Amino acid sequence: MIGCLIAVAVLLASAALALLAGRHGRAPTVIAAVGTAIAAGVALPGAIDALTGAAPVELVVTWAPPIDQLRFGLDPLSAFFVIPLAVLGVICGIYGAFYLDDQRARRWLAAPACFYNVLVAAMLLVLLARDAIGLLVGWEVMTFASYFLVVFDHAQLEVRQAGWVYLVASHLGLACMLCSFLLLGGHGLGFGDMRSHPPGGATAVVAGVLGLVGFGVKAGIVPVHVWLPEAHAAAPSHVSALMSGIMIKLGLYGILRTITFVGPALPWGPVLLGLGVTGALVGIALALYQRDLKRALAYSSVENIGIILIGLGVGLWGAENDHPAVAALGMCGGLFHIWSHVIMKGLMFLGAGSLLHGAGTRDLEQLGGLARRMPRTSALLVLGGVAIAALPPLAGFAGEWLIYLGLAHGGTEAAPGSGLLLLFAVAAMATVGVMAVLCFVRLIGIGLLGQPRSGAAARAHESGGGLLGPIAVLAAAVIAMPFVWPLLLGALEPVIEQVTLARPDTAIVRQTLAPIAILGGVLWVGVGIAMVAIRRLVRRRRAAETWGCGYLAPTARMQYSGASFAEGIHRLLPRLLRARITARPSADLFPSPGQLSADRQDPFTRAAYEPLLDRGARRFGQLRWVQQGLLHVYILYIVLAVVVVVAIVSLRDYWVLP
Amino acid sequence: MTLADLAQVIAKVVVILVVPPFLLGVIARTKARMAGRVGPPLLQPYHDLRKLFAKDSVLSSTTTWVFLAGPAVALVGALVAAALVPVGDGRALWAFDGDFIALAYVLGLSRFFTMAAALDTGSSFEGMGAAREATFACLAEPAFILGLLAIARATGTLSLSSFLGPALAHQWSVAGASLVLVAAGLLLVLLAENSRIPVDDPGTHLELTMIHEVMVLDHGGPLLGVILYGAATKLFVFAALLVRIVIPLDHPAWLVWAAFLAGLVAVAIAIGVIESTMARLRLPHVPALLLSGCLFCALAIVLLVR
Repeated sequence: MIGCLIAVAVLLASAALALLAGRHGRAPTVIAAVGTAIAAGVALPGAIDALTGAAPVELVVTWAPPIDQLRFGLDPLSAFFVIPLAVLGVICGIYGAFYLDDQRARRWLAAPACFYNVLVAAMLLVLLARDAIGLLVGWEVMTFASYFLVVFDHAQLEVRQAGWVYLVASHLGLACMLCSFLLLGGHGLGFGDMRSHPPGGATAVVAGVLGLVGFGVKAGIVPVHVWLPEAHAAAPSHVSALMSGIMIKLGLYGILRTITFVGPALPWGPVLLGLGVTGALVGIALALYQRDLKRALAYSSVENIGIILIGLGVGLWGAENDHPAVAALGMCGGLFHIWSHVIMKGLMFLGAGSLLHGAGTRDLEQLGGLARRMPRTSALLVLGGVAIAALPPLAGFAGEWLIYLGLAHGGTEAAPGSGLLLLFAVAAMATVGVMAVLCFVRLIGIGLLGQPRSGAAARAHESGGGLLGPIAVLAAAVIAMPFVWPLLLGALEPVIEQVTLARPDTAIVRQTLAPIAILGGVLWVGVGIAMVAIRRLVRRRRAAETWGCGYLAPTARMQYSGASFAEGIHRLLPRLLRARITARPSADLFPSPGQLSADRQDPFTRAAYEPLLDRGARRFGQLRWVQQGLLHVYILYIVLAVVVVVAIVSLRDYWVLP
Repeated sequence: MTLADLAQVIAKVVVILVVPPFLLGVIARTKARMAGRVGPPLLQPYHDLRKLFAKDSVLSSTTTWVFLAGPAVALVGALVAAALVPVGDGRALWAFDGDFIALAYVLGLSRFFTMAAALDTGSSFEGMGAAREATFACLAEPAFILGLLAIARATGTLSLSSFLGPALAHQWSVAGASLVLVAAGLLLVLLAENSRIPVDDPGTHLELTMIHEVMVLDHGGPLLGVILYGAATKLFVFAALLVRIVIPLDHPAWLVWAAFLAGLVAVAIAIGVIESTMARLRLPHVPALLLSGCLFCALAIVLLVR
């Protein structure tokens, strides 16, 4: 615990140092990266201790009102998120130092370096806070630090817009969280108080729903995910990796916390299961036809959050309905998938950053032919793509496997009604799985393979060790995870106990994971042997052009494009989820140029949020005079607000007490 | 492990490695007979494979290691899948809870690399084939999982070797209608996954109308041999599942073996008959067919969950 607080101090100090380190040169980014490394080194031992059974400690700082008491602590649930935060924080920090290096001549790099460390520190603070005040303060700092990182390329209009959408969405979420905590904190805002005095009846339901929405915005739960694809595409790649890898998981952390406060007033299992199925299906459907590589990856994060929610949902369902095996499988699957998604999405976003670095674009239709020009990046991305499509023998499959088995056990053993729902959830997972295969084959096949689709891609160059090293570390983890998971099960037990209030029986999970580890081994050995054999079989060979079915002058533009690859499945999607395509074919007798354009904006933004917010903006325009843009006026507002609050409180006392 | 067990294992391994191409021979012979021709010998696919493996290779200069990984992973995936299906005496070489989901995912891994290898050539035809394969897989996969889940729910077990056994034989007497629906759904999945008429025409000569064949257009010689062998193994996997669903015999061992092998040949003949009597559907109509497969299996689950 103390280690983690020292880590926060180190991060903030290195952030300040980075700002002071001068306008030019490598110093700011290097100082920031070293800061993240030291912080991770100090924070990790304590977090591992907390997960492996050290008694939770709590530190109370007493200060004048309105702070009153600030409580910090580290329990298993926090520690479970601190570990991936520390690991990914340092990996992305080092990557970032090299990634931004080519901007050195043009930009002041102290700001992104500083905000990066502030962001990591704020996330640590969110996890360490033991009361609502600390959590909300950390949350707000986290939002602002990530906002400034997202708008790093603020010269571009769409980056500024993405940042704006992110800021608005985050604050609507924050408002929901605030209300939720106010409803829950009737007996004090400390986590202990909230946990020991759960509200009853309607208050609990409202608080639970508000918490779900508020934290769900950050987690990227459909339909409040709309900021996520915009912000992830706009941010520098190491920031996208950190945000998608760990920041959105803090939304899940908040939801798990809310569950412990609200208790069984809400049927959490079915609620999370329903949200998870919706999120997974919608996320992958939207990822299928994106043209921007990083947008597609961001939608895949929406999908994976959905899968994690399915796991947690079926686990909670099992806990609520006395199916201990289902509870253990679902919760372990969900939690494992959190960790594996941290690694896989980190790998994919950092890999995409390396592509962007080498080929200068993230437009799928401008890439291609990179497996020959950037062989190392491409091999790592193929590995990441297989992993994140949840295929064996890599990390993604093992977590999903436990969720599948949880659903299947529940579905075959439960009463007809819930049994049917769980079985259809299995089918939904299978559909999501096969659509994910399509999505990532498309990203890899169109983005990396074939002929270069543009001059920039043809001139692409391989990245250096500074970018490839961090990616390779994540790739090694993706390979190793399915084999080491059976050893980590013990660490999950206290986390699950905290959420479901029952010690899970992980024996069945261990038993379920064993064949997957063997299957992984068999596949690695089998594919290894087959590759050696195939290389021997094609020893006598010659090179030629790709067979063009008789056509002798094929060009790179004749290749199947990303849009054409997704066209078949795009037609099968529900109308709401499709891109809006406007075509103006040439209709004249003598053909004039035709036109076709596809609007891939998020359908929820287009159909719901934009019209709603536009209408709201017109109404609120009448309140424009409130915003004077003068500092003293805002201070006056604060004073007035405090006076009103004090008046209400004292008058209430006056009326209520005789 | 007793000697008899060892003999069973060896027999299963031999069947998995040797029988698949024979099924292709049976299909070809059936189609020829239906068309009034004599047809090639039943063992022709083995000769084809031997010929292909003896050839030199021509590799496109656009391709990378992914192009070679396509056939390799496809074959390994199909063989691992074959180890997971009940063969011969009704027990798979390797059985565990949820093995049917692992089977679907191992085949998914094969599909991933087959499609990636197709895109690696930079050919529009192969990209087209990969896109079609991916699209139709999105509809076939839920049907496959739903169908097997229906049986899992009916028998209360989660491993192929246990739910395609005596418990299923009992279910045929109490829930026969649902199982007929499952069998019909899985037959559609078999036809789709193995690129058979009415979904795809393996014998067509126009690249624009193909799915699987056009995906492997640039693979020739030994690589094509590996692909053919892998595809035959995949057909074997689905045929074996279908046979065990329809004939869930348990003992005596010789009868189970005989029924299994006869069933495989029957499935191959049935495929041949379907291919001879139907035309390939227009591509826009294929999703409807596969969706009806999904709905068959979903209906079966609804009927079984009482």
